[in-house]
Amino acid sequence: MKTLLRWESALFVLLVLVVVGGSVATDGSFLTGRGAFNVGSDLAVMALIALPLTLVIVAAEIDLSVASVLGLSSALIGVLWNDGWPLEAILPFVIVVGAVCGAVNGFLVTKLGLPSLAVTIGSLALYRGLAFVVLGDKAVADFPDSYTQFGTTPVPGTWIPYPIVLFVVLAVAFGLLLHATTFGRAVFAIGANEEAARFSGIRVKRTKFILFVLTGAVAALAGIVYTLRFASARADNGTGLELEVVTAVLLGGVSIFGGRGTIGGVVLATLVLGGLTDALILDDVATEVVTLVTGILLLASVFAPAVTHRPTRGTP
Amino acid sequence: MKRMIAVVAAGLLLAGCGGTTKNNSGGDTGGGSTAAANPNAPAAKDLKLTFLPKQVNNPYFTVAQGGAEKAAAALGEQLKATGPSSADASSQVTYINTAAQQGQNALLLAANDSNAVAPALKAARKQGMKVVTFDSDAAPDARDVFINQASSQEIAAGQVKLISDAIGGAGEIAILSATANATNQNAWIAIMKQELAKPAYAKITLDEIAYGNDDDQTSFQKTQGLLQAHPNLKGIISPTTVGVAAAARYLDSSSYKGKVALTGLGTPNQMRKFLQDGTVGSIALWDPAQLGALATYAAVALASGQITGKQGDKFKAGELGEYTVGANGEVVLGPPLTFTKDNVDKYNF
Repeated sequence: MKTLLRWESALFVLLVLVVVGGSVATDGSFLTGRGAFNVGSDLAVMALIALPLTLVIVAAEIDLSVASVLGLSSALIGVLWNDGWPLEAILPFVIVVGAVCGAVNGFLVTKLGLPSLAVTIGSLALYRGLAFVVLGDKAVADFPDSYTQFGTTPVPGTWIPYPIVLFVVLAVAFGLLLHATTFGRAVFAIGANEEAARFSGIRVKRTKFILFVLTGAVAALAGIVYTLRFASARADNGTGLELEVVTAVLLGGVSIFGGRGTIGGVVLATLVLGGLTDALILDDVATEVVTLVTGILLLASVFAPAVTHRPTRGTP
Repeated sequence: MKRMIAVVAAGLLLAGCGGTTKNNSGGDTGGGSTAAANPNAPAAKDLKLTFLPKQVNNPYFTVAQGGAEKAAAALGEQLKATGPSSADASSQVTYINTAAQQGQNALLLAANDSNAVAPALKAARKQGMKVVTFDSDAAPDARDVFINQASSQEIAAGQVKLISDAIGGAGEIAILSATANATNQNAWIAIMKQELAKPAYAKITLDEIAYGNDDDQTSFQKTQGLLQAHPNLKGIISPTTVGVAAAARYLDSSSYKGKVALTGLGTPNQMRKFLQDGTVGSIALWDPAQLGALATYAAVALASGQITGKQGDKFKAGELGEYTVGANGEVVLGPPLTFTKDNVDKYNF
């Protein structure tokens, strides 16, 4: 617990450094309402998915299919919109489809006992493939302004992007779920020692199944946000995003071996990553350097806890 | 879980009562400028221009950037280049927002996805930034002017003519394109099909259209696949610089060298070796440096108030001469150049 607190303090210091450094380097144009709006809009999609994935990784599992669920959700929105469905029906429907995608992952992992890394690498390809099957190579873009404004304009009178409002609501919900409920304690127990958790009466399989379903649903929700923000439904939307999300979760101090991590840390990590990327771009730093810095941060996030805190579950 | 779905669904239902479907939602309204052009206004100095290619480190855009930088220097403007490392649909949005945030006067953009960039472009234009697209257009209501490298008709008809000449006017051909959703590629392919339907090309059949995704390795493998799938194939058109170079490399190292003709849109530097050793007879391309330069002149003319992007607006583009804005705010650079082993050494890009 001490290590975690220290890790979050370090993240907070890093965030302050990013904000101050970014403002100085860009002569203040970073720390403006519009700057904050841009950062928020850029990180919202990745941050949304990071929330349920935090719980999955705390339970010592992984879900790499999230970006593909996002793409499938986006493709479905496009194809159903073209078929004349009302958006009010499409949006809940794709969230249900996302939950089903998660349930398939959960079934394979819990009922068949397959490793989640292998399962979700498979479903990463499967769901992306399905996205191309339903929408093909087309792009659907004629969504009404009243909906795309959700992704492109701030809440009136502020510079807060709507997706960030959604993120804050879900962050509080997932924070409470992980840190203030018996379900959350079960997640930690499973991640720390699955055998012990099972013998102490925790329904390990059911808990993990629920986590995968939640992740699928939120990934589909992120697909809605993505589609509305870019006003473009495409099967290849969000390709490769899963690595950004995993980066944010690990940088947030969640142990890749399970059993440790906080939603607060992950929220801080998404802000650090989003802020840093935008500040570097705003300061005209070359794109390659931005990728490089993100990579170093990820390595540091995996490396630092590994030396400050030995994994509790034997050798990795 | 069920509760969560219900809550989300209820929220979304509340957000838009009555049902929003494709048929009852109003279309976007264009943000075209209404101010009058003043052709005699002097070109403003020290304008801040951002050059945003589809992706950085792409040789084609590096040449275009060189042309843009030269034109900007000649006019006394400040131009900087930036951009994403991958050509994803959405990867340019952050850079567009950033340019607006930095208060740049104009943006020169080759759009990866004509729609995904539109909301960000519209927001930037509301803040007074002029938007010139080049090479690959954005949604027309999201930009001021589009610099078209050559008319689609000229490019596509030219490519069909080149392959027909190379295979003696008869035989099976295939097309190796970039991505299946690339706006310009699909426009060209549609015109190529119309051309092939003409009596002059009655003996040519189009077997297949393959997509190499503008990725070197994929294009290489697709070329291999085309030749395996169609043993009688006599020619390949690859209207993309990445595709044609990869296809030429495959042909060069295979038994098909000299037997299967290849043409496409390629840069002289990438294709010089293959033109000289006979793997490829001829390729076509516009000069990307001129494209970048023309985009810069158009951006400066817009930012100086000399043009507004209306049809009939005229502006001077240095040594390129005078250009007129056509329908839909399009400016056409000119007919593409054809490169063969005889003239390829005159060009260096």
